[in-house]
Amino acid sequence: MKKLMFAVVSSLLALTVSACGSGTDQASTTSGQSGAKKYVIGTDATYPPFEFEKDGKYVGIDIDLINAIAKEEGFEVEIKPMDFKGIIPAVQAKQLDGAIAGISITDKRKEILDFSEPYYQAGLSLVVREDNTTINGEADLAGKTIAIKKGTTGATFADELGKKYGATVKYFDDSPSMFQEVQNGNADVTIEDYPVISYKITVDPASKLKIVGDRLNGDHYGIAVLKGNKELQDKLNSGLKKLKENGKYDEIINTYLSTKK
Amino acid sequence: MSSSWDVIVDALPVLAQGSVVTLKITVISLFFALLIGLLFGLMSTSRSKVLRGIATAYVDFLRGTPLLVQIFFIYFGLPPVLDIKIPETTAGILALSLNAGAYLAEIFRGGILSIDKGQMEAARSLGLTHGKAMRLVILPQAVRRMIPAFVNQFIVTLKDTSLLTVIGIRELMNSGEIIISGNFRSFEIWAVVAVFYFLMIYILSLLSRSLERRFAK
Repeated sequence: MKKLMFAVVSSLLALTVSACGSGTDQASTTSGQSGAKKYVIGTDATYPPFEFEKDGKYVGIDIDLINAIAKEEGFEVEIKPMDFKGIIPAVQAKQLDGAIAGISITDKRKEILDFSEPYYQAGLSLVVREDNTTINGEADLAGKTIAIKKGTTGATFADELGKKYGATVKYFDDSPSMFQEVQNGNADVTIEDYPVISYKITVDPASKLKIVGDRLNGDHYGIAVLKGNKELQDKLNSGLKKLKENGKYDEIINTYLSTKK
Repeated sequence: MSSSWDVIVDALPVLAQGSVVTLKITVISLFFALLIGLLFGLMSTSRSKVLRGIATAYVDFLRGTPLLVQIFFIYFGLPPVLDIKIPETTAGILALSLNAGAYLAEIFRGGILSIDKGQMEAARSLGLTHGKAMRLVILPQAVRRMIPAFVNQFIVTLKDTSLLTVIGIRELMNSGEIIISGNFRSFEIWAVVAVFYFLMIYILSLLSRSLERRFAK
């Protein structure tokens, strides 16, 4: 059985490798008209205030930032929305040149991607239903159910909490699903980046959610690029620096968040 | 970075667990789907206009909306409106059963209609009631003809369980996604996930082929 499995797996692998051999590097293209370099940038369009859709257009802190950087540095951006859990694999697979999606910089991710300088400090918060009075901090999680989004730092954190306190972790594809899970009472708590959940509670009071306890950590967001893509990484860093100096960065942040950082 | 083989070996227990969940949900859903399919299939071949109308509406509606929408609707949409709690497995089985039931109803209808009218007439003239004639004469012949279509629907439903990842059921697809979001090894994990689905469906096909041989005569 083991031998058969190995044979099937390895022949499958061989087939796929040979089929993909010619397809590398299709992500970066130069646009014909302006001659400016065009980068395909992935994002998770269900993540207000960092990226979401409004009146048929992608908006949010991350979207405005990457567009402003592109303008400063003279390159074009094609925004590709997808599930958050698919973004990092897509960069790895060279389907994307980079990604901006509230991606926290972690050591594990740095092994497979390069990051720009940090551009925002987020940090995780526990979120429960308004009528929940039993959970006031991570120590109250024993026997509870945590809803979480696949591939996030919140998911890694929930995994650890789950083991430590004996909580069940349920994985979803996007933030709206995990919020709905808590609203419907099928999970007791979710873990989300602080600015995202505070924005959600502000614009959607009907969600009946509240933040409990202190921020659990201090993750920094960075713009991910394909490993070794020094050219894009340098442009991003230089663009970020210019935006911070000329005040445009603060302007973007303040458009979406009343309280800075 | 660890070798592909290590990555696969580490993932196997979790993926095997996911496969068990996938199989369980498939089997339970198909059981209910068969009941639903038989009921609506019979209704759609009955002489009552009302029953036919209900069956047609059911089939048209369930076949006319994507399964993914049905899953979201049942799990995320209904509970707040009805003020009830639906556990994810229940919601998943409900969605799959209702959906596959609609397709199976059409398979039953087609099977029943494929049996010559004379069979029913002969059975009735021998003094059997409509119900008895259906149960003893028509259905045994019809079901034999339906086996290939059944098997097809079984396979489709097994693969459709992968959509349940969106409501957090830890079946095979969800397990694969969770592992990849932790170790970023898409290539190895998706290859193994594909092999697992393939093996489950292959074994199912073998079983059904032997079943077909036994009943087809």
